[in-house]
Amino acid sequence: MSEEFPIIVAGLNHWFGTGEARKQAIFDVDLKVARGSLTVLMGPSGSGKTTVLTLMGCLRDLQDGSINLLGHELMGAGNALNEALRRRLGFIFQAHNLHGSLTAMQNVQMGLQVHRLNDPEAEREAARHALSLLGLADRMDYLPANLSGGQKQRVAVARALVGNPDIVFADEPTAALDKESGLNVVAMLKKLGQKRGTTTVMVTHDNRILELADRIVTLEDGRIVSDRMVNSPV
Amino acid sequence: MNRWLQWLFGRLPIGWLQLSHSRTRFAAAISGVAFANVLVFVQLGIMNSMATATLKPYEFFAADIMISASDANSMTEGGNVARQWLFQAQADPEVTLGTGIFVGNTSWPRPTKTLGLTSFGIDPTLPDFLSPVLKPKLATLQLNDSGILDMATRGLPREEAAAIRPQTPASFEVTGKTLTLYDTFQGGGGFGGDGYLIMSDQTFLSLFPARRSAAPDHILLKVAPGADPDVVSARLRDLVSDKSLRIRSYAQAKAEDLKYQQTKRPTGIIFGFGVIIGVLVGIVIVYQVLSTDVADHLSEYATFKAMGYPQTFFLGIVFEEALILAVFGFIPGVIVGTGLLAGMKKATNLPLAMTWDMAVIVLIGTLVACSLSGAIATRRLAAADPADLF
Repeated sequence: MSEEFPIIVAGLNHWFGTGEARKQAIFDVDLKVARGSLTVLMGPSGSGKTTVLTLMGCLRDLQDGSINLLGHELMGAGNALNEALRRRLGFIFQAHNLHGSLTAMQNVQMGLQVHRLNDPEAEREAARHALSLLGLADRMDYLPANLSGGQKQRVAVARALVGNPDIVFADEPTAALDKESGLNVVAMLKKLGQKRGTTTVMVTHDNRILELADRIVTLEDGRIVSDRMVNSPV
Repeated sequence: MNRWLQWLFGRLPIGWLQLSHSRTRFAAAISGVAFANVLVFVQLGIMNSMATATLKPYEFFAADIMISASDANSMTEGGNVARQWLFQAQADPEVTLGTGIFVGNTSWPRPTKTLGLTSFGIDPTLPDFLSPVLKPKLATLQLNDSGILDMATRGLPREEAAAIRPQTPASFEVTGKTLTLYDTFQGGGGFGGDGYLIMSDQTFLSLFPARRSAAPDHILLKVAPGADPDVVSARLRDLVSDKSLRIRSYAQAKAEDLKYQQTKRPTGIIFGFGVIIGVLVGIVIVYQVLSTDVADHLSEYATFKAMGYPQTFFLGIVFEEALILAVFGFIPGVIVGTGLLAGMKKATNLPLAMTWDMAVIVLIGTLVACSLSGAIATRRLAAADPADLF
């Protein structure tokens, strides 16, 4: 089952705050994400799409319901399991979150070192390759401060993808990119899904990339209000 | 450096990259650690110097057991000991020889300053009680109203001290009598006086008319070959009638004197606190640097957490930074500390010097203190929540 559907969400509820300030953000969400698909989560601000993304990405503890991620139940999962699962995921954040003291190459290497390959030369080669694919071959030794917003975001994409993740979670990955770069990045994710079976779940408001999505899930007030298959993933 | 550290840690040297990225802050942090190191070096140097100076007078004599008054916490302090206890002690079959030594302060008026000399009087007919340094000068000690001066006397020009020879003696008046210095020996300025002066007990008694030959400051004893001075001391404590006397082996007397100077005398306590304050300053500085660094990189650390890096990875970064600060701060600290101690030695003639053991102790202490600061700073890592990144 996990082979076919690396993400299975069932009866998911989530609250924020405590006591009288406790507020439910997610209501009974069910979702099965197929392997290799590119799923876009849409919805207005505060609709709960980022919360769902962080819950699926083992970044928050589950309160109610179930998420089966890559064959592992996240409800009650400990730190060790969460960390092990995160190593199989790739995250692309809206803010690039690059390490300011590391060069572009070193930032990308960090996406590999988590796997403890202990082969610095192979790490550098893989990082070089990933950056070249994203058009940053001549910016490898630049610090983030010396890169444009779009270049930083592409480094962050390279960092997320260099470790060949099973699933990529992306939050507005194209926000800092121009139209062409944005489409390139999403096309690359799409290609990864087709070639390697990498599953992508992406939160976006960018209508330009919807045509590449396989599935569009819309949330409003913490509930799924629409779930459309627009393409058939390979 | 990056490659070497990467080889050492088996990962990118994030701590080093973070520290060296902000050079001004790095320099300030290193200066802070170096400053704390210098503080500790100076205090330790003075403490070591005090220990050396405290034990110095013991080096002038050769004895197995020392009998002192109950209030004699050091060689140069305390009341007298009646000579009768010397005779009583000699009743022990393993005590082979005994003598009394006299301690006083002599002033040598000089054109610019009056030198204070800690003076010892000892029976020159018993050369066994003289150290190998003084034994060759026995003939000089046997001359009336003569003395041997500490070559390292503070305030006495070195060339002038070197010129004091039997052919070219120096003389000065003490309580209306002329004392002639025929020779010198290598002593070393102390905290209690500018230098040391050794003379015969008869010369001492003539310079200090209030003192009596029947009441020396300490009694020194020799025991038979193979006898244990501690065992004999214990026996003497039972044998000698005056139970208030301190009867100890010479080695124990030295150790107790040193402990007294370091833990009971205000100077020892002050310098001891100086060391503690230096260590605390270092810990606070390194903690400030590390905790600010952690706070500044929380979003990066949260990103790494999201990527699956375990807690040990972050602890490794903080400790890596702590150790880098310790080593980089130690290097200028030991250089400046060595220079300062050398300068202080020149100015005071005290036995101040950077020693290998001191440097190693401070390096280890710096590593421990920096690690402790790092351990405290790691508490801030908990604030790095990857869920906040989205």
